Amino acid sequence: MSASSQSQGPIVRWIDERLPVFSFMQHELHEYPTPKNLNYWWNFGSLAGIVLVIMIATGIFLAMNYTPHVDHAFNSVERIMRDVNYGWLIRYVHANGASMFFLVVYIHIFRGLYYGSYKPPRELLWWLGLVILLLMMATAFMGYVLPWGQMSFWGATVITNLFSAIPGVGEPIVTWLWGGFAVDNPTLQRFFSLHYLLPFVIVGVVVLHLVALHTAKSNNPLGIDPKSDKDTIPFHPYYTIKDMFGLGVFLIVFMAFVFYAPNFLGHPDNYIPAEPLVTPASIVPEWYLLPFYAILRAVPDKLGGVLLMFGAIFVLFALPWLDSSKVRSARFRPIYKQVFWIFLADCIVLGWAGAQKPEGAALLIGQLATAYYFFHLLILMPLLGRYEKTKPLPESISQPVLKS
Amino acid sequence: MSDTAHGHGGGDGGTRRDFLALAGAAFGAAGAGLALWPLIDSMNPAKDVLALSSVEIDLKPVAVGQRITVKWRGKPVFIDHRTPDQISKAQADDKADLKDPQSDKDRVKKAEWLVMVGVCTHLGCVPLGQKVGQPRGEFGGWFCPCHGSHYDASGRIRKGPAPKNLEVPVYSFLNDTTLRVG
Ligand code: HEM
Ligand code: FES
Repeated sequence: MSASSQSQGPIVRWIDERLPVFSFMQHELHEYPTPKNLNYWWNFGSLAGIVLVIMIATGIFLAMNYTPHVDHAFNSVERIMRDVNYGWLIRYVHANGASMFFLVVYIHIFRGLYYGSYKPPRELLWWLGLVILLLMMATAFMGYVLPWGQMSFWGATVITNLFSAIPGVGEPIVTWLWGGFAVDNPTLQRFFSLHYLLPFVIVGVVVLHLVALHTAKSNNPLGIDPKSDKDTIPFHPYYTIKDMFGLGVFLIVFMAFVFYAPNFLGHPDNYIPAEPLVTPASIVPEWYLLPFYAILRAVPDKLGGVLLMFGAIFVLFALPWLDSSKVRSARFRPIYKQVFWIFLADCIVLGWAGAQKPEGAALLIGQLATAYYFFHLLILMPLLGRYEKTKPLPESISQPVLKS
Repeated sequence: MSDTAHGHGGGDGGTRRDFLALAGAAFGAAGAGLALWPLIDSMNPAKDVLALSSVEIDLKPVAVGQRITVKWRGKPVFIDHRTPDQISKAQADDKADLKDPQSDKDRVKKAEWLVMVGVCTHLGCVPLGQKVGQPRGEFGGWFCPCHGSHYDASGRIRKGPAPKNLEVPVYSFLNDTTLRVG
């Protein structure tokens, strides 16, 4: 490391000997030995990081013009849209950025599911990722409340009321969350404070996530550990350039939404100012929360629905132990490879069900999909781990690559 | 192809790869700069702020010798209905030793109405002299208490650390008794 800083100028060397930031970057971003067979599904981690930066940057500028008060919030957002220079652009990037963030992170998670990235020695890496997901959900939920439209208000009412399901202390907890007896100005002000805070907490957890990654090292499509230097290449320039290319493609999709369909992912009712006395005909959360909403409504019992919904995320924490298969990558797990896609389809069905009125066929489909979600994680995974006949693993990453 | 990749492509030491890397980086930097501009520009005055950038003032109630202050773009504007005495004093001072030379004629549209931004050109305090009983400084105009700048009856800096005369804003008389600033 100090050898590499030797090639730098004297100022860099002077700093590096006292505060080794340059050798740290050299080590973690330049030399970091990365499996040479990573495919494009490995782009989504760095994409998520970039989206986080975009969210924080746009958010800070929105906050300069936003007023967290029930009498002014809606109008201050409209002022951002009409009067503030490029305010429309900053807001649309922020609002669609939230959707893109979840899209990217969901792909990132399913990548992990397919290639067994949650298995030893990456359990804590997986856990930290799930913590980020939970923080993102909280952040996005509170952000959605800020424009103080009808969906903001009633979404906040419905979600905070989830906590009233807790036996005994439910009501006092909800009153405490609201700072009053309904969602009102105190609620809006604390949500703004927390919406500003949580992204920086996410940054902290992302740092831990990366420390864990660079300790356990990247998994790869074969799911086997690199055996020698031949199996890895330095992160820079090989993966920096690949990440940049992926970023370009991603930004095309992102900007297509921002410029051509900025409200496609939003709900028109949120352009109606909040009206505490009139609930809109149907309340739906943003798309990225729909699968969990479907699970909530699948159970005809208040407490049961809430528990199952939170349980849907918490079981994922146990996945490294529920899936006892020694083989990581689905490439060598013929049955898991199939059920993986069924599970993905099941999650999409849940998302669809979450958007429907909870009655008739849609409700039944939602219930079946919920049952399958837990069946997959709690029953199928342990069984497969025990009984599935896996294919032989290649000796090293280089071996199959060189053969073909 | 393969020999350009190994760096034999360029004439004067630069290779085709160096060129691509530089061009790519330059495009990236330009793109990042362009993406930053909307964020930076959002901090400039918004349309509603700019829309407030003129005010109309009814001058009828302002008696001779009276000074009033109005708010324009968040700043005080001093309007002084000068007496004939004050006007002749201001004009006489044209020949005095001025730090920021300007004749009184150039600072007014009508001699009896002096209109100025009431912000000290030193570091932005509001000078005293608008209200009855406030100090008007050694030259019968305004006095900035922050660091002791004296302005004369034409609002010109005469003594103290301020470098310039009090600024005259863009204004016009819509009719004999209505003034529009901005
Ligand atoms: C993890 C990153 C973030 C996520 C997922 C997120 C999500 C959201 C969402 C979904 C909205 C509602 C958008 C709408 O319908 O208009 C929103 C609004 C808002 N966010 Fe964020 N946000 C993040 C970071 C930040 C940060 C760091 C700030 C800085 C203070 C911020 C400030 C705001 C403000 C002021 C609004 C209200 C204006 C508006 O509605 O567009 N956000 N956010
Ligand atoms: S600000 Fe007026 S004298 Fe310094």
